Amino acid sequence: MDAFNTVILVLDSTIRLSVPLLFAALAGLYSERSGVFDIGLEGKMLAGAFAAASAAAVTGSAWLGLGVAMIVSIFFALVHGFASITHRGNQIVSGVAINFIAAGATVILGQAWFRQGGRTPSLGADARFGAIELPFAEALRGLPVLGPIYAELISGHSLLVYIAFFMVPFTWWVLFRTRFGLRLRAVGENPAAVDTAGISVAWLRYRAVICTGVLTGFAGAYLAIAQNAGFVKDMTAGRGFIALAALIFAKWRPLPVMVACLLFGFLDAFAIRLGGTPLPIVGRVPVQLMQALPYILTVVLLAGFIGRAIPPRAGGEPYVKER
Amino acid sequence: MSGPYARLPGWADYGLIPIINLLVAFAVAGLVVLLVGENPLRAAVILVEGAFVGGQNIAYTLYYATSFIFTGLAVAVAFHCRLFNIGGEGQAYVGGLGVALVCLSFDALFPWWINFPLAILGAAAFGALWALIPAYLQARRGSHVVITTIMFNFIAASLMVYLLVDVLKPPGSMAPQTRTFLEGGQLPKLNWLIEAFGLSVRSAPFNISFLLALLAAFGVWVLIWRTRLGYEIRTQGHSARAARYAGIGQARIIIVAMTVSGALAGMMALNPVMGDQHRLQLDFVTGAGFVGIAVALMGRSHPAGIVPAAVLFGMLYQGGAELAFEMPNISRDMIVIIQGLVILFAGALENMFRPYLQTVFASLRPRSAGLAEDRAGGA
Repeated sequence: MDAFNTVILVLDSTIRLSVPLLFAALAGLYSERSGVFDIGLEGKMLAGAFAAASAAAVTGSAWLGLGVAMIVSIFFALVHGFASITHRGNQIVSGVAINFIAAGATVILGQAWFRQGGRTPSLGADARFGAIELPFAEALRGLPVLGPIYAELISGHSLLVYIAFFMVPFTWWVLFRTRFGLRLRAVGENPAAVDTAGISVAWLRYRAVICTGVLTGFAGAYLAIAQNAGFVKDMTAGRGFIALAALIFAKWRPLPVMVACLLFGFLDAFAIRLGGTPLPIVGRVPVQLMQALPYILTVVLLAGFIGRAIPPRAGGEPYVKER
Repeated sequence: MSGPYARLPGWADYGLIPIINLLVAFAVAGLVVLLVGENPLRAAVILVEGAFVGGQNIAYTLYYATSFIFTGLAVAVAFHCRLFNIGGEGQAYVGGLGVALVCLSFDALFPWWINFPLAILGAAAFGALWALIPAYLQARRGSHVVITTIMFNFIAASLMVYLLVDVLKPPGSMAPQTRTFLEGGQLPKLNWLIEAFGLSVRSAPFNISFLLALLAAFGVWVLIWRTRLGYEIRTQGHSARAARYAGIGQARIIIVAMTVSGALAGMMALNPVMGDQHRLQLDFVTGAGFVGIAVALMGRSHPAGIVPAAVLFGMLYQGGAELAFEMPNISRDMIVIIQGLVILFAGALENMFRPYLQTVFASLRPRSAGLAEDRAGGA
């Protein structure tokens, strides 16, 4: 029974840890499927987290925090769009720039506004998204096996967690069952064909980039006002890049994205839980190896040793109308 | 990169556009300064004075610039092959391991002038090795070098934490760092060079690896513009198809360019590890690998542009430290913003002002704006 509880606890924290990855990876999915590579997920998430925490601290409302997070993330996404769609700049360079601007600006503004060394004030319960108890969670807790699973794993998360997992089928539906999704995927594979059909490549890509902004806003808000109670310097800590890894790992498809994010979240939760205690067969695994595992797995995947990750064909290429 | 842009006179392409982009980046940074309630002009004065007034400040500026020359060159060499090496940070970090291994092994045996070349080899070899795997994967397995080098940055960070905490840390010590190198593992300072101009330097980490950086800049110029290999690298970067048609082994050229890039990034480690701290410690790279991206973009991937760009960023680092001291609302993170803005305006938005300039030039001298498909050179 004790082992079972441990498993439940690890899985519970897996869910919590994979939610920001899931938002960010789905965010990247929209952008990259439309042919705009985005390594600025990290920066947008960070800016979103800071915006969410600041707005929630000032207004005391979690919803306003979420709204402001989205606005700020969308702004950064539009800067990326402006550089890479309108001015046909290098998308990688633009993403790198956004990461730096966000990393610096959040600390400078945080220090100037709140004077707590780059932190935002600690948030009260109202200014955060609290846990939601699903119906009958307590009543069913006593049931063997299923009770704890329902009460711990499924119930008792913040609203944003449920939104994150809802976004997976929703994204699938948008991409594969709507006209917008079809065009979005087409513009990432063959923008010339889309252009010939009389659809604006730039406007489509801008809409994709805005979707990215919305979702990275969610990711940041989750970090700052749901998982934690405020913003701290560099709080994304590379999650944007792990999300990118998950996106590649999932070969740019929504459902595998969820699986990859859960896997990477599990690795993280497992590493935290393990904390250097020896494992049965393999002995003591360095924590650092566990931390590096998502990156190593992604490299191995990219190298084509486990399947093959083929990016959208027009990804990274600015579209130039034939003259 | 060929773009749908007409040709501008060379001095406008290589001089005017970078300067305009830089000015815009600084103007936006000024807005941020204004936003936090400080005077941007006063901030600029403090920054420049903090970087260039007095021997002490100049020495620090050049110390930072040394690191950025190495990482800037590293990014530039890869750019010439149209590869984006974001892994400079990780390569420099692992390069530090090469330096430390040489110093820890030989610092009691040999004087610095024997250990220095060995450490250069160690740094270059380890840095190159860390770039070799992404290069091989790009060349042979088609995995995108940008993504793999990002992943390798994180893998390097984990690896180095593991090594410093569990392997290299002397027994009984708490701090995750190696022991301090003896005399033989310490590079001589170059502060006398500044004192020769009549300025005084109290103590600054400005060291002999600065000269190595200048040598490396010259070496990169020779490599890229004066050798067959450099020609092949540029051909591959300009048009992969043309390179294949010309019989250039693409996989080989990608691997060679990335290895050189990694070696240059790795050599950056000499400056802080052997020149300043005299031990290997956590996070000694402190973002220099990423600054290299901004430096290479600003310097238009040419050593003659990279060295001044590196000095400019050295100025930002050193002057920024003074600024943080003088203005409580501004910390050193201001530099990170400026860095980001420079990358944005000099890199991603480099063509933003080009059409306007073209209009101006076309109205002044119609012949100067002939409709050419490609810009000459260009990174």
